[in-house]
Amino acid sequence: MVTVNNLHKKFNQNQVLKGVKLSIEEGKTTAILGPNGSGKTTLVKIILGMVLPNQGDVIFNNENIKNSWSYRKEIDYLPQIANFPANIKVQELINMIKDLRNKPARDKELIEYFNLGNYLNESLGNLSGGYKQKVNLLLTFMFDSPFIILDEPTSGLDPISLIRLKEFIKQEQAKGKTIIVTSHVMNFVEEVASHVIFILDGKVYFDGSLNSLKEQNKNVDLEHAIANILKENNV
Amino acid sequence: MFKILKYSFYDLARSRWSYVYFLFYLLLSSVLLFLNNDLSKAIITLMNVVLILVPLIGTIFGVMYYYNSQEFTTLLLAQPIKRSNVFLGQYLGVACSLSISLILGLGIPFMLYGLLQSTAIFNFLILLVVATFLTFIFSALAYNIALSNQNKIKGFGYAILLWLFMAVIYDGIVLISLVLLQEYPLEGLSLTAMLVNPIDLARTLIILKLDISALLGYTGAVFKSFFGTSQGFFMSFLLLFVWVILPIIRIFVVSRKKDF
Repeated sequence: MVTVNNLHKKFNQNQVLKGVKLSIEEGKTTAILGPNGSGKTTLVKIILGMVLPNQGDVIFNNENIKNSWSYRKEIDYLPQIANFPANIKVQELINMIKDLRNKPARDKELIEYFNLGNYLNESLGNLSGGYKQKVNLLLTFMFDSPFIILDEPTSGLDPISLIRLKEFIKQEQAKGKTIIVTSHVMNFVEEVASHVIFILDGKVYFDGSLNSLKEQNKNVDLEHAIANILKENNV
Repeated sequence: MFKILKYSFYDLARSRWSYVYFLFYLLLSSVLLFLNNDLSKAIITLMNVVLILVPLIGTIFGVMYYYNSQEFTTLLLAQPIKRSNVFLGQYLGVACSLSISLILGLGIPFMLYGLLQSTAIFNFLILLVVATFLTFIFSALAYNIALSNQNKIKGFGYAILLWLFMAVIYDGIVLISLVLLQEYPLEGLSLTAMLVNPIDLARTLIILKLDISALLGYTGAVFKSFFGTSQGFFMSFLLLFVWVILPIIRIFVVSRKKDF
């Protein structure tokens, strides 16, 4: 569904991506992992067209995304840090995004699912971090697009919301959606993802199934397998 | 783009500052009318205030709005919307809402005073048109500065400097150069100098329309022969238009290459 070729990105002096090459298979959930600052978010933002690569290209559904914007109709994106305009209300923001995308939305259902009913008339500036993340999730999942990108979806969520999120992701997987997720919570990754791409030092270090990563590092759980890779590479 | 414009406009229409700006102009023009007791004189006094204040407010609002809506901008950029439409929509939202505050704030008291029955109506219209141009020009310039500066403090600093240069320092430089070069024929130089700076261009346009060009002395005669003709008049509006278009083009170009 998405193919990334020889992607390079430099921010000032900092070379973040040094020739990333990968492909995301349709209908699978792929976790993009890597230490802090390894360029996970940058990679995701390049796929979305928010950051422009210095070199290389992204092919989305057989189409180069360069100078194109309409392919984003197929994508639901959850940004890492939910920064919303502070002076507008939750309901207004939902209506605004619905109006902008002009697509049928399942907002009512999700408001109930994430328990946001009592907060609809609250200004976004007054919400706690966890509730902001819930609004963020709601805005992301509202449109039922075939391709979902989740950047650190678990941040700030309490255990109940986390369980609900995982259930929700399972439902979406059952519908055959393609999902990319980045996270530092390995338990979460183990539960939702089937495929892992590990980025280290601006390059793809590992690209394969979750089980083969564990086998390769002779570890039972993902957390230790990842820690092992990092130690071996002196990160 | 129009949806973005609509939301930016609503957002600003709800903000306190649009009302403060509107009320300020309402008060200013009412007081001037009350003190001068004459439409034409009030227009002249108003001109002096408007030419300094409109660029200042346009600059500050442009920069402020850009930095304030950064979060919203990143949210929008992940949506299926063309990049340039996001920025153009926001810019037009700012410029339009400022222009409406200005036009209503100045217009209402003058209308009540009996502008429609007066001969000064065309002069007043010119003042409004020129002030609207200045709003569009300076908020576009400010938007450019904000787009190119990630650091808010720097962005504000440059924006204020730009205003200071255009509104104050530029005139000083022109004046000094006229004094230094007084042995040479200066009509061409001073005319060009007036045309290049939008604030000076606006001022000259209004002064000549108000028929007080005698105030300008000898150069006034040169200006009169240039601006007084419909050709010169047309030319100055064309230049104001260019001043709006150029920064907008740069907004397009810069926003296409920027990372968010």
